[in-house]
Amino acid sequence: MTLPPFQLLVDAHWRDVARLAHALVGPDDGDDVAQQAWLQAWAAYPSLTSATNLRGWLFTVTYRCATDAHRGRGRRPVPVEDPALAAAERPAVDPPATASDESGVWQIVATLPPRQREAVALRYVADLDHAAIAAALGTSTAMSRRLVSDALGSLRKALS
Amino acid sequence: MTPSHSGPSDRLEASLAGFDVPAARPPDFPTADVSYAVDDTPIGRMLLACDGSGVLVASLFTPDAAAEEAALQRLAARISPRVLRRPQSLDEARRWLESYLEGGRPGAAPAWALSLATPFQIPVLTTLAARVGYGDRATYGQLASWAGRPQAARAVGTALGGNPLCVVLPCHRVVGASGSLTGYAGGLAAKRYLLELESTSL
Repeated sequence: MTLPPFQLLVDAHWRDVARLAHALVGPDDGDDVAQQAWLQAWAAYPSLTSATNLRGWLFTVTYRCATDAHRGRGRRPVPVEDPALAAAERPAVDPPATASDESGVWQIVATLPPRQREAVALRYVADLDHAAIAAALGTSTAMSRRLVSDALGSLRKALS
Repeated sequence: MTPSHSGPSDRLEASLAGFDVPAARPPDFPTADVSYAVDDTPIGRMLLACDGSGVLVASLFTPDAAAEEAALQRLAARISPRVLRRPQSLDEARRWLESYLEGGRPGAAPAWALSLATPFQIPVLTTLAARVGYGDRATYGQLASWAGRPQAARAVGTALGGNPLCVVLPCHRVVGASGSLTGYAGGLAAKRYLLELESTSL
């Protein structure tokens, strides 16, 4: 097995890693999570045993960094848009004034339960299939489908 | 790669997939096992690469994206897959090459290593570096004899054709027995340019 030059991965995927990191943790921590993910990928890269799904691997690393960042943030004061706590406090929705555009819909995604929000980010921002989403979340493909479909249901309701 | 089989099928899904971070910047890395730079030069587009200690390991003609990717794959396979574009790590070699190609009598070449060379190339290329100086010419047969392989002029030609350190190790100074330029990785026009450059600079 030959691993491709790392720069080719960076060139092909850095924008999508940044999008996924921002979708998972929001604008304040998105850049840090993306950079952290790249440093971890860099450290682990030479010992990878398979070169078949490097894109999926990068997204999994990004997801783990995002989860760690959230855990670390639990001790700090909670920003208004923290999805987990925002969901607990505000059952549904931001004002749907801009809800038809992308930033609007992501404001609503931020209020979903964490697992739904993560599944939506992995499905639509990272463009992963349900097998890959299930692997990243440590769950079954059936559960991945359900998380995404429940999330879409809530979003449609909020947008209608 | 695991792209989804079905794309976003409605407006909500399209709008989710359209999430963008316009201000995002590429990641930074503190070090690289292989650093490279690609520059346009008077003899064509060239890729320079050094290892983690800054020693030059490649100086190759990469006229198009496919040639560049092949060079990067070669570096990844032979040295380390942690290859990054870091032109600043190659400043010394780039300055040396630039001055050389402008016709300045070059100073000492940057430190180089034959990490990409095959076992057969190593004696051929080290003999080349030691025996064929600026402005000189040698034939493939002469180089074969000097390298201790007098019967192997053709193989020497092949070894030079795969020179991983073009210009730095002057395979352009090696010509056919009749004096004809024969071939060059960067094309015959580049070979002619280099030989004329060296003869007028002397």
